[in-house]
Amino acid sequence: MESISLVAVASIAIAGLTMAIGSIGPSSGMGQAIQQALSAIAQQPDERNSLTRTLFVGLAMIESIAIYCFVISMIVIFANPFWTHFVKAGG
Amino acid sequence: MEIVQINQISPDQVIIWSWGFVKINATILYTWLVMAILVVGSWLVTRNLSSEINVSRWQHFLEVVISVIRGEINEMAKKGGDKYIPLIGTLFLFIGLSNILVVVPGFVAPTSSITTTASLAICVFVAVPMYGISQNGLLHYLKEYFQPNFIFFPFHVMGEISRTLALTVRLFGNIMSHEKVVGILLAVTPLLFPIIMQALGLLIGIIQAYIFAILSMVYIASATSAHEEGHKHEELHKAEASQGVAA
Repeated sequence: MESISLVAVASIAIAGLTMAIGSIGPSSGMGQAIQQALSAIAQQPDERNSLTRTLFVGLAMIESIAIYCFVISMIVIFANPFWTHFVKAGG
Repeated sequence: MEIVQINQISPDQVIIWSWGFVKINATILYTWLVMAILVVGSWLVTRNLSSEINVSRWQHFLEVVISVIRGEINEMAKKGGDKYIPLIGTLFLFIGLSNILVVVPGFVAPTSSITTTASLAICVFVAVPMYGISQNGLLHYLKEYFQPNFIFFPFHVMGEISRTLALTVRLFGNIMSHEKVVGILLAVTPLLFPIIMQALGLLIGIIQAYIFAILSMVYIASATSAHEEGHKHEELHKAEASQGVAA
């Protein structure tokens, strides 16, 4: 295979794998965080406001890891530096 | 007409107007638009403020927004939260408005470009030590970097840098990914379903603006509150006691 089509195949496969593997951890983490927050709100409904705020901040922290994966896969597909390099080298 | 194509990651790549070396790209244009809406809108409303019983509906609106922001900040900062309102409130309003306006056709959110979010995060990066030094003095602020002992100095510095990076990429990734998802859905299911995603995008935009503001407030609060160790212990004891009661 030519090097340029190798780059294309690797990019597409890696982008899919990045999203697939990279979303397992954050989703299970968010599930656990929401579960704990719900039981905490059920135990202490008066503290709902501060619990919700902490939950949102924590969810944003966890979610950012999945977002990093998404950004990496977007870069690999749409702004791949190796792709442009091989296109230039190939003429 | 789409301004940013589906294979362009950021609106920086869209040059709208250029003259010699001066280039106006989509990010700059829409940033100016959002700034103009905020400034002119606030100026129009605050031009004739009144403290009568019958105030205009726009004054009501601004009062609600400001009092919500103020309440949140005062809850986080414990004391003297009012001096953080200009920075945190502006961040929230700018990000919030530019995320809400995504539903207007032809509008590209400036927050979907990594340069905008990076500059906002750098503002926070600069503001945290400024507030910390002005609150506790230079020596006390620098001493925080060597807690609990000097080995932790590089980790503190790395933490400062990496959380700035995280603020940047979180906001950029969320807004950009939402635009891409809507664009792809528009190609697959053109009718109705993208509207639902747009409505979800409003929610995501507001939550991201809220999170950006709250996180920068958390960072500032952690830099300014150096003497709260005893207070923390008290809270810990309280939490343990309430857990014992619950169990």
